[in-house]
Amino acid sequence: MITEHQVAIDIGGVPIVLRTENAEFRELLASRYTGFVKRPSDPSFTLDVELVPPSPEMSSDDDVQVGLSNGKWQLRRGDFQAQWDPLAKTGWVRQTANPYSIDSVLRILHSLVLAKEGGFLLHAAGAIRNGCAFLFSGVSGAGKTTIASLAPSGVTLLTDEISYIRKGDEGYLACGTPFAGELARVGENCSASIKSVFLLAQGAENKIDPVPTSEAARCLLRNILFFAEDRDLVELVFRSACEFVEKVPVQRLTFMPDERVWDLIR
Amino acid sequence: MSEKYISRSTAIAARMLGGELMVMSSSDSTFFTLNEVATVIWQAADGQTPLSEIVSRIVCTEFDVEPQAAQADAEEFVAELSQHGILLVSDHPKPHSGKQEPA
Repeated sequence: MITEHQVAIDIGGVPIVLRTENAEFRELLASRYTGFVKRPSDPSFTLDVELVPPSPEMSSDDDVQVGLSNGKWQLRRGDFQAQWDPLAKTGWVRQTANPYSIDSVLRILHSLVLAKEGGFLLHAAGAIRNGCAFLFSGVSGAGKTTIASLAPSGVTLLTDEISYIRKGDEGYLACGTPFAGELARVGENCSASIKSVFLLAQGAENKIDPVPTSEAARCLLRNILFFAEDRDLVELVFRSACEFVEKVPVQRLTFMPDERVWDLIR
Repeated sequence: MSEKYISRSTAIAARMLGGELMVMSSSDSTFFTLNEVATVIWQAADGQTPLSEIVSRIVCTEFDVEPQAAQADAEEFVAELSQHGILLVSDHPKPHSGKQEPA
């Protein structure tokens, strides 16, 4: 396969080089991941993307399957197939020329990489205010996009959909991601230490309530992106979530959908 | 009624958090928070001690509960966790492995 066109997508400080023989697709990726594109000089991983013609049976509605076989991760959904060798740091993706399939592959890949390092991807909006990161977690409809869209000036939006959480020496970092929700806006490619995680609930007033540690872990686990049917990885993610809630305050944020809620976020 | 012997599966991850024991099945990712009584049963699940003895000797000693009600609750708890492969149930004691499993 000729892979003369390449682009490096750097999310969370993990650059993944995507190589393709299709110049237009390369440009599509560069445009889709604006702000997260860097020079492909020192990649963490390289993926060869093979584009195939669309067929009626290719559907992104199918469940994703992720499993480890002979040391290589096998990723499969109706609209793509992929393989990733974590030791060789290489892999391939077979999909049609669309940005959604590769986006899912990248999410899965990053969730696998992060799990080994004590981090995870979380269904959460994220923002930096006064040098600290705040995350707003919840399922679809909980208000992630609403909170993000209400952010006042001076707040840097990391994402309105998927937060990238890395374990650091002293705490946890939230990194911006291009994984956008309804806001359809990629986050800023920057990071900050996480000061607090808010579990979102909509109500008649704006208020913050404490959440018991065990409930925080339970809610967090519900919102962590996790795809692999792999026993070791399940244990890693469980451990990561427990360690996280022991170090980072998790609180419930009940809010009315107006900008005054941000008065509480400091 | 035959005796039940319960042991902890190795396909789980468990951790004390905020005074509660959290248990997650690594095979189907189901997640449980155990209360104090369930935690005691969990910790005593060595595959050697009959469930009835765990209830009478430990649960009824440490908590103010009626033996019959405690046994019924324990049976229910064990049935639920065994459905998810978190506790293993046998009608005979587990052979000694010579190795102590972590609680």
